[in-house]
Amino acid sequence: MNEIQQILTSMVSTALTPQTAAVAIAVIGLNIHFGFTGLLNIGQSAFMLLGAYGFAISITSYDLPLIVAVFVGLALAFLFALVLGVPTLKLRGDYLAIVTISAAEIIRYVGRSVGYEWLFDKTGGAQGIPGSRYRGPFRDLSVFGDGSTSLLPFNWRDVADGAIWVRLLSWAIVIAVIITVIQIARGKTSLTGRTRALSLTALGAVGVLVTLFAVPVTNQNTGVDGWWTVVVAWGLAVLSSVLVLILTRSPWGRALRGVREDEDAMRSLGKNVFAIKMQALIIGGLFGALGGIMYVLPSTVQPDNMGRSLTFFIYTALLLGGAATIWGPILGSILFFAGRIAVIGITQTYVPNSIMSNQEATQFAFIVVGVALMLLVIFRPQGILGDKRELRFNV
Amino acid sequence: MSEATAVNAQGTNPLADPQARIDLMADVARTPGSAKPNPILTVDNIVRQFGGMTAVDVDHLEVQRGLITALIGPNGAGKTTFFNLITGFDKPTSAGKGAHWSFEGRTLDKTSASRVARSGMVRTFQLTKSLNRMTVMDNMLLGAQDQAGENLALSMFKPVWRRQEKQIEAKAEELLDRFSLLEKRHDYAGSLSGGQRKLLEMARALMSDPTMIMLDEPMAGVNPALTQSLLGHIQSLRDDGMTVLFVEHDMHVVRHISDWVVVMAEGRIVAEGSAGSVMAEPAVIDAYLGAHHDTDLGDDSLLDEPAAGDAKTDEEQA
Repeated sequence: MNEIQQILTSMVSTALTPQTAAVAIAVIGLNIHFGFTGLLNIGQSAFMLLGAYGFAISITSYDLPLIVAVFVGLALAFLFALVLGVPTLKLRGDYLAIVTISAAEIIRYVGRSVGYEWLFDKTGGAQGIPGSRYRGPFRDLSVFGDGSTSLLPFNWRDVADGAIWVRLLSWAIVIAVIITVIQIARGKTSLTGRTRALSLTALGAVGVLVTLFAVPVTNQNTGVDGWWTVVVAWGLAVLSSVLVLILTRSPWGRALRGVREDEDAMRSLGKNVFAIKMQALIIGGLFGALGGIMYVLPSTVQPDNMGRSLTFFIYTALLLGGAATIWGPILGSILFFAGRIAVIGITQTYVPNSIMSNQEATQFAFIVVGVALMLLVIFRPQGILGDKRELRFNV
Repeated sequence: MSEATAVNAQGTNPLADPQARIDLMADVARTPGSAKPNPILTVDNIVRQFGGMTAVDVDHLEVQRGLITALIGPNGAGKTTFFNLITGFDKPTSAGKGAHWSFEGRTLDKTSASRVARSGMVRTFQLTKSLNRMTVMDNMLLGAQDQAGENLALSMFKPVWRRQEKQIEAKAEELLDRFSLLEKRHDYAGSLSGGQRKLLEMARALMSDPTMIMLDEPMAGVNPALTQSLLGHIQSLRDDGMTVLFVEHDMHVVRHISDWVVVMAEGRIVAEGSAGSVMAEPAVIDAYLGAHHDTDLGDDSLLDEPAAGDAKTDEEQA
């Protein structure tokens, strides 16, 4: 029982970390590229890395204010999108894929290079930029004060002396809530319009509360990845989703999906396909940069942390949640990171060390991620929230 | 349509009268590249080569405003390539070397496909390009021009484009009703049948209020009853003042609705004229129609009496 509680605690705290939220924001950006516009961007990590570099170097080397630093990060991603888009967006989609994956590697290698002293002074090479050097201005903004808080303060330990049935019951409620939310989000219930949105919000809140009741998480208020960073990161993730919701429900979003379906048809209808694709690439890239900034706030700017594997994590999270959906990226990111921790935790706890050591368990989790991505694409390409009807028609 | 180009003061189109159309074209020379009284599209010296093969080599062509012009010719004659060239989907090899084409007096030599469409010349495709993973309604709404909500900055503010959206939705429903697709408006376009997709593509093209519509084999793979109603739609477009240029292989269709016929073979325009006069030309019969063009090749009697059929052909050739 305690082992399970331990695994669940690490799952929930991983799901809550600002880095999960940061990846979710990057997934939201990739969703605009891949899900809505059909742009095969295999270099989303480069947008994140550029955002992170722009943000961190502005503060460490130039002492710029926080808000300016954020804009420098976004501006770098904007330029990167332009540079990638101008030559490739007029060509067939495959070329963008080739160019983005190579450009992402170029950015990473330039970041970790030591040859140019001017550059090395700023990026710190493969060692990167320690978070303590740029975290200050953001931490100073915190309104949460010092100390640490455990959420929820009222949890399973306070009911019936922490009997097993309390925990089992609350876990059952959490699972039921998640299933209900997914059913409603996929439109399987008769709820529509405002009642649907309201019930989703209410169920989501109940789900979070009961989860924290069953698995309380203790964190510093304003520490490295304390509640302040958590709240800001998740707030940004939700805001980004709402922005994407507004954008994609507009005629502009309709044009994006039109481009995904058939560029020539869109041209024959008088749409400027290049401009639409470029706008999508830039917007998605800006979300990527924002995700990158949030990703490095609680850690360091290390180029090797934001390479190909991060791009594929982002793709897995996107496909898991459902491409071309609004809330899929957030759901996918949470499930992806929590699921990976679950695999690690379960193998470390229940598989004897003689068969698989703790370090091997971590690597095993990556194998599971790869297999999961394959199974997902084969058996459920629309993800959890996607509409299967949309994928039934081959384009 | 509201954008009718040739509607007179009484609100009726004089060219809706068949006799008026015959009279209009009566004096036009029946030779390739002849001048028309009021051309909407003028094409000069368009050459397109694929490697050593010349797919299109058109010296001069004028398309009369307000009529249905059929473009016919054998497979590989360059009809679709010609369509692609003048709608900006392909570039002529002769670009910059005398190639010149204009639509409603505006030069299109260097105009992109989307600009051509915005200038009022909208096309459909031989292989239907419906946007499969979008609803029929979304397909239609994409056809509308000058949408404020398609501007990225304005798209975030719904009040800016809500009214326009309502208007184009109403227009789309009207068109869908006309093409009997209204019940399907919430279905995905990918779930429609091939013929329905043809209808949807045509309806979508009409959303932009074009002055000229170019249809690439609109009847291919469409059953006879639907062909009938499609023909009715095309004629009513013409009667509303729109110019129609279409590629078609079915000679009955061509004879039935076209006011003027242009024949292409091996990239060149070999004949022009009314349906009757063109189909009587020996050059056209040789290149395209074949000796059997007046007999139905599916006619059982031909199979039953092969000898009689052969005898008849011999007579014709003699």
